[in-house]
Amino acid sequence: MTDQEIIGLINTSLAEEFELSSDSMKPEALIFDDLELDSLDIVDMVVVLENAFQFKIREDDSIQKIRALGDIHDFVINKKKELNN
Amino acid sequence: MKRVVITGMGAVSPYGKGQDLLIESLMAGRSAVRQVDKLDPINGVRSKVAGLVPDIDPKEIPRKYRRSMSNMSVYATLASQEALQQSGLSAAECTSGQMGVAIGSTIGSTQTNQEFFKNFLATRDLERIKSTIFFKIMNHSCAVNVSQVLGITGRILSPSAACSTGCQAVGYGYEMIALGRQQFMLCGGADEYHPLTTGTFDMLNAASINFNAQPHRTPRPFDRDRDGVVCSEGSGILLLESLESASARGVNILAEIIGFATVSDPSSIANPDTDSIARCMRTALEDAGLTPESIDYVNAHATATLQGDIAESKAIYQLFGGKVPLSSLKGHLGHTMAASGSLELAALVEMLNRGCLIPTLNLDNVDESCANIRHVRTLSTASIQTAIKNNFALGGVNSSLVIRRYQND
Repeated sequence: MTDQEIIGLINTSLAEEFELSSDSMKPEALIFDDLELDSLDIVDMVVVLENAFQFKIREDDSIQKIRALGDIHDFVINKKKELNN
Repeated sequence: MKRVVITGMGAVSPYGKGQDLLIESLMAGRSAVRQVDKLDPINGVRSKVAGLVPDIDPKEIPRKYRRSMSNMSVYATLASQEALQQSGLSAAECTSGQMGVAIGSTIGSTQTNQEFFKNFLATRDLERIKSTIFFKIMNHSCAVNVSQVLGITGRILSPSAACSTGCQAVGYGYEMIALGRQQFMLCGGADEYHPLTTGTFDMLNAASINFNAQPHRTPRPFDRDRDGVVCSEGSGILLLESLESASARGVNILAEIIGFATVSDPSSIANPDTDSIARCMRTALEDAGLTPESIDYVNAHATATLQGDIAESKAIYQLFGGKVPLSSLKGHLGHTMAASGSLELAALVEMLNRGCLIPTLNLDNVDESCANIRHVRTLSTASIQTAIKNNFALGGVNSSLVIRRYQND
């Protein structure tokens, strides 16, 4: 997958799960403040991403640093590269 | 003790959403029972009919609240919103601490349980389970989901007594307001359909199996050809408040609740007992300070089982003789389980206020064993002042409510 394909899959998966408009899916959008997700949604977001990309990220420490949608993009792109090496 | 009145009602029934749709469909004599495709592939379930809620849009409820709801909580929420709107109450009353909730269901969401175990038993893996699944399975799911959506901060009660649930919820809400513990209570029951509900009754030889090709002809309460329960779904919610509160607000009072009883029948976990049913109705009348002569109409539980209808008929005759008109709304709606008490009560309140008696649908030939009481056979006008409403549940849980038209006395 290209980086753009990864970003596209992240955005469509999260938009579908959390009923978010495509307009709101900007890299700078803050997960809690802008996308209005909460701690329960974060649990489900991990499940959605694990299903979409067929990897395990629940125990990954770097997931705690995610603040914005762009952080998720970067996290998944890096994770995919890490797994491919 | 404070007097308790009903100032709002909401319904999600097998006819669809709304109290008006419920009462107009009942008065028009429409059956809500249909053939149900999802029963076809289940071996051992002979009954192929049910009353399912059509045309509901769960997305009326914001995702933040909907994510923890199965269908039963969606039904309870939409009905609660309608009841609240009719009562004229606002968010301020919901958050005052003076409003409580008494809403129950038979069990948590069987559909959600099924989805969970389908995955879990195949994978023995919990890592891909969604965070909100427990909130749909827990027994107090409806009560807390309604409270979350409406911001209610008072007491939470979630009675669970199968087919007596809705009646008990209203009764317990009535007692809570009468005692002065809460000013307002949203009360009722809700259930969602799952084929196992029909399967459970069928296993007990208590589900209707002879009218699969003509679903509108079943169930048939008190009829000689009745052959059992038709399972349905929905929610009926009533907003109860103290009379002094309703009077101070100047709101329209729909009816007054004046008596309630619920009793255990330890003679059998499955079979209804005439004496216990009679004791329940008598206790409710005593609670109301009335004698049987004061009752103008009986809204029967009558689900169209062979034994249940006879036991209730005999109990009604024992207390009221053969002169008091009675009917069951199960012929129209099927059996909405935990919702039946409150959904049928909401219809009963409309009957009081509209001055009409809705007949028992599909009662074509009265069973001889049920014949010595006065069945309502056609839609008729009548001035009912005081009525009693029955609901009985597997497990030997009987319940009765007594209501009357509000009199400014």
